[in-house]
Amino acid sequence: MDLVIQSLPFVTKGLAITLQVSALVVLLSLLAGVLLGVALTYGPWLVRLLVRAYSDIIRGIPVLILIFAVYYGLPALKVNLSNLTAAVAALTMFTTAQVIETTRGAIQSIHHGQMEAGKAIGLGFGQRMLYVIFPQAVRRFLPPWINSVTDAVKGSALVSLVGVVDLMLAIQQVIGRVYEPMPLYLLGAAIYFSINYSLSSLSRRLEQRFAYVRE
Amino acid sequence: MTYHVNFNFIWKYFDKLSWGLVLSLELAVACIALGILIGLAGALLYVDGPRRLRPLVTAYVEFIRNVPLLLLVYLVFYGVPSVGGFKYGPTESFIITLSVYAGAYLIEVFRSGLDAVPRGLIDAGKAIGLTPFQRLLYIRLPTMFRIVLPSLSNTFVSLFKDTSVASVIAVPELTYGAQWINFSTFRFVEVYAVVTPMYLVTGYTILFLLRRLEHRYGVGR
Repeated sequence: MDLVIQSLPFVTKGLAITLQVSALVVLLSLLAGVLLGVALTYGPWLVRLLVRAYSDIIRGIPVLILIFAVYYGLPALKVNLSNLTAAVAALTMFTTAQVIETTRGAIQSIHHGQMEAGKAIGLGFGQRMLYVIFPQAVRRFLPPWINSVTDAVKGSALVSLVGVVDLMLAIQQVIGRVYEPMPLYLLGAAIYFSINYSLSSLSRRLEQRFAYVRE
Repeated sequence: MTYHVNFNFIWKYFDKLSWGLVLSLELAVACIALGILIGLAGALLYVDGPRRLRPLVTAYVEFIRNVPLLLLVYLVFYGVPSVGGFKYGPTESFIITLSVYAGAYLIEVFRSGLDAVPRGLIDAGKAIGLTPFQRLLYIRLPTMFRIVLPSLSNTFVSLFKDTSVASVIAVPELTYGAQWINFSTFRFVEVYAVVTPMYLVTGYTILFLLRRLEHRYGVGR
């Protein structure tokens, strides 16, 4: 127990990095994913093909390979990224692919009559999206999206493998010094659990909040 | 300084990758099999078992689903033996971890599958005098498996991708093979140019085959 308390300041630093990485990944992938998701649903066929290919390829390879490929592979092509940037870029690429699919699913769940009604009253494409489709699609978007957010937090543990001192690596380093693996791994598990569990409880509350019929 | 692409080293050490891929597949098969057992036990305990045990199943599922796989892998490989006073190899340890991980996801899958078995079928079983156990064996389980087949395929493919995490405890699967060639030859670009398609092609081939199986045995939409 003493050990856990002693290691806390160090672990907290790692936790800050984990939260930072997760927040960056979630924000960037939300922007890119919603944009590409709309492109996948309404874009011209070439754009649709490209986005579909991107999404299917990225979702088909392990995140770990993606992180290694970006971190170790890109420098040979003269793109030098720091380990933090490379890790965030790789995780963002992965989460973006998930957000694309969530967005497409959410948009397609809205009856096309809504889109036609928007056209009929003379709204432009942007207006139809903003005032007609998105407000209705949000409730279909949120639950799977929060799932992706918890996936991103969990996936962020993989950045430790390219040397970013996040929560996972901080714990590994403490263990390397004190040779007491179990209490520290359990501490790490407890921290990850409380972050993700609160996110998924939030998701359940949001689902109720956005449901048509409130119980 | 320019980078000259040279695939010779990759072909020279290709057995690391091909055997790695085989091991990745074997790990995925072993873990889905064990995961299905855990999942079935957990789901049945939740649905048919005493109500007091439900929180136990929920706790297991929620714990596993909210903790990174990487941490679980470390915890089982380094943490558990340090308190338990026994040792196992990285491969055994990883199979245990990934099975327990898959089990948590499959409990959810099977639970919703059992819920989706039409009431009428079970009542029909009662009507012709089947015991609860017979109803489970001949009606609920077969129907449930047909219903959850798509989720099972998805779980299997994502387990196959998750086996890449085994490389961190030196299980010689595909990602480990890739990293081994990387650090012996420094041919990073070529290695990933070969390994990425290997994951992609294998993953999608499995998915394609499983989709055909679903078409044959699954519940039609």
